[in-house]
Amino acid sequence: MTVKVFVDMDKCQHYGQCCFEADDIFHLDDDGKLQYVAEADDSRRDDIESAADVCPMQAITVE
Amino acid sequence: MSGVVIVGAGLGGLRSAEALRGAGYEGEITVVGDEPHLPYNRPPLSKEALLSGVDVEGLQFRRKATVEDVIWRLGAPAASSDLSARTVTLEDGSVLEFDGLVIASGIRPRRLPIPGPTTGRSVLRTATDAEHVRALLGPGVHVIIMGAGFIGCETAATARKLGAEVAVVAIDEQPMVRPLGAELGAGMRRRHERHGVHFHLGHTIDAFVGDDRVRSAALSDGSELPADIVIEAVGSVTNTEWLQGNGLDLSDGLLVDSAMQVDTEVAPVVAVGDIARHPNALFGDIPRRIEHWNMPTETGRRAGATLAALLAGAEPDRGPFTAMPSFWSDQYDHKLQSFGMPGIADRIELVEGEPDGPCIVEYHDASGLVGVVGVDRTQELAPYRKQLMTRSAS
Ligand SMILES: Cc1cc2nc3c(=O)[nH]c(=O)nc-3n(C[C@H](O)[C@H](O)[C@H](O)COP(=O)(O)OP(=O)(O)OC[C@H]3O[C@@H](n4cnc5c(N)ncnc54)[C@H](O)[C@@H]3O)c2cc1C
Ligand code: SF4
Repeated sequence: MTVKVFVDMDKCQHYGQCCFEADDIFHLDDDGKLQYVAEADDSRRDDIESAADVCPMQAITVE
Repeated sequence: MSGVVIVGAGLGGLRSAEALRGAGYEGEITVVGDEPHLPYNRPPLSKEALLSGVDVEGLQFRRKATVEDVIWRLGAPAASSDLSARTVTLEDGSVLEFDGLVIASGIRPRRLPIPGPTTGRSVLRTATDAEHVRALLGPGVHVIIMGAGFIGCETAATARKLGAEVAVVAIDEQPMVRPLGAELGAGMRRRHERHGVHFHLGHTIDAFVGDDRVRSAALSDGSELPADIVIEAVGSVTNTEWLQGNGLDLSDGLLVDSAMQVDTEVAPVVAVGDIARHPNALFGDIPRRIEHWNMPTETGRRAGATLAALLAGAEPDRGPFTAMPSFWSDQYDHKLQSFGMPGIADRIELVEGEPDGPCIVEYHDASGLVGVVGVDRTQELAPYRKQLMTRSAS
């Protein structure tokens, strides 16, 4: 089982809140733009759900 | 078995319901909300949604599958409660029994008693407020914003983007001075002034003038400003009326312990979000209410786990609560981001950039770094947040 992560880049404002919940999945690059891993092991699900919870723009979808 | 009642269908109410389920609570959950909507995101109401139109459905939070069976009683304000009888009575007369109660009713904008007409005076807290304000804003409309806090300043920026003539009237010496300090506050003021906002700082509104509706405002310095609409953002009042008569300390929201439990023997009661005055071990354990968007999620998680434990007859985790307060604000193209509690600092130091441009400001008290604010410097703040998190060790 894997988790699918999708960030709506039209909504994302690059605040980086998600990075604090799962820094192996989400990070801000040198230009301050969000980069993320689109698929992760199921063991990462809880942290990825937390990242979706704390996103101020509610831009993250987890499947 | 009557289950859990959550009063307040905002972010804190939703996250508490999710956390109850996450902690294994399987009983009935009823969420009571006075607004007609499912929980939605408030911060856009002074920003994007005010600019491009309020789509409440689009603003709604995604709700986890685990809370699909929650009963939503919306458009149904709680009128009173009897904690020892374990009941909440709604305005429509229905009585809800509970085993456990979550207080998530948040705050509302404070209204000042100012003489003169009231038509034309608005606040900005709910989607309905934002729809109302949005309909009145437009090119050439004269807007007075009372209060120069975050909501006032964001609304000023959005109103300018919509072409309105904007004046901000506030008693403070600088906008957002309490959290940011005078130097960065002044920098933010100049950003606004470059976009055409007029500030009347150190002044109050003595009276509104107009026969049928507000046409202008009389300021304490004797001047008069034209006004088609007045938006009031001068602080908040906690929504605790429905809790009166239970012997609780309601002087500043609900005082809770590190498990978010309210100090009462008669029933398991927790409080979350803007209304909860909670200790934070990162900042000296003085209980404070923190009106930041990330707190309903943090306190809701803790409160849900606490209530689930109490209802299962177990002792909840009363270990230190150490969530990092975090705040962001968008004004024009500027992104302001804060971690920690800059407002409690007694020494403020600009460590990078200048107050009028991209910058980082540190906030200290006797215990060391207590907060950091960055303007257009989001990715540089991560190490500061990390440093602030280590305060828990001390
Ligand atoms: C315009 C605006 C912009 C903001 N921008 C930011 C920002 O940029 N960054 C940031 O960090 N924070 C921001 N915030 C703050 C953030 O939105 C709040 O901290 C957060 O919404 C608090 O959530 P809550 O669940 O505690 O309260 P609320 O979201 O207020 O939910 C409480 C709910 O309970 C209802 N209620 C009250 N009394 C009763 C009753 N008797 N019976 C039933 N229901 C009741 C209320 O109507 C409300 O629906 C902003 C707030 C506003 C208003
Ligand atoms: S928290 Fe949300 S808005 Fe911020 S960077 Fe992550 S996805 Fe983007």
